[in-house]
Amino acid sequence: MNIHTIAQYLNDLADKSDTGHSFDCQPIAGEVDVLQISLIGREELPIFVSVTDDQILCITYLWDESEMLSERKAEMMETMLEMNMPMPLSSFAKIGDKYAVFGALSIHSSLSDIEHELAVLSDNAIDVIDDFSEFLK
Amino acid sequence: MSIFKKIFTAIRGGATEMGEAIVDANSTRIFEQEIRDAENHLTKAKRDLTDVMAKQMQTSREVERLKKEIQTHEGYATQALNQGNEALALEVAEKMASLETELAAQQSALQNFDASVARLKDLIKKSERQLADYKRQLSVVKTTDSVHKATAAITDNFVSGNSKLLNAKESLERIKAKQQNFDDRMAASEQLQAESGDASLEAKLKAAGIGEQNSSADAILARLKSQKQ
Repeated sequence: MNIHTIAQYLNDLADKSDTGHSFDCQPIAGEVDVLQISLIGREELPIFVSVTDDQILCITYLWDESEMLSERKAEMMETMLEMNMPMPLSSFAKIGDKYAVFGALSIHSSLSDIEHELAVLSDNAIDVIDDFSEFLK
Repeated sequence: MSIFKKIFTAIRGGATEMGEAIVDANSTRIFEQEIRDAENHLTKAKRDLTDVMAKQMQTSREVERLKKEIQTHEGYATQALNQGNEALALEVAEKMASLETELAAQQSALQNFDASVARLKDLIKKSERQLADYKRQLSVVKTTDSVHKATAAITDNFVSGNSKLLNAKESLERIKAKQQNFDDRMAASEQLQAESGDASLEAKLKAAGIGEQNSSADAILARLKSQKQ
């Protein structure tokens, strides 16, 4: 599995998707291959996919430190931990100063598993920003 | 120190700059080589186990054979004694003595094989667990590295593309606005459909037998008949 196979599949899906979403894929050049995936209508919250030796990582950035109400940071983090398990397929993460939700799939996942993961991740990200907005400036 | 502790110590220790290598590439390569060596050792140990198990089975068959043969000869010796043929009985007894020596040798070999099999099985299990753990640790290291490199690529891309990742609240508002817009359009088009559908009135009229009627089969048949005449 590599990002080009995933991009090809998602771009070819068009109206045949099982998730009701259309995907737009754009590879990003860099030291490791990254695929930027936009769900149509949700371009502001792209999903970034990278493939390592044993897993496929799908990441959506939520917000960075500067957007947070610093006095409520501890409360926010506790809420994240509490929400981590109920949230389907995705988990919270922090990369540098950015908070993110991500899903990790086995490298042997099917393309339709990946499609499902992306749709759920996008839904989760939108719900999280909505529900966590009280912790943001 | 566990691999997790090492990594978050590295992150806390200032390697937070995007793209900065958290993990030394060279030590990762050495680690990968160690894993490959361990895999080779494991394959060899499994082959050894197969060999030893084959020998164990052979020896165990041999032990059974010898035991049976000794029993048979015991019968022969008794029969010879019953016949009063002491010389023959002695000859059989000598044969039995040599069989028993052989049996003792084979039994001790079997014990050794049993012990080797048990030891090799333990060793293989231990190596497999160790190898799985090495692979997990390597995955942690490589994933950390990959995520940081990916983040660097994404950040660079957004900086050079002159677009920036929007702040979360703005993004959400825009997405919601687009969704609302879409929902409104759907609702509007549904309404339009319903209104322009004088369809509903037509249907009612038709049901009442008023206005244009669908041509029925009877009517067509009647028409064809009249043409024929």
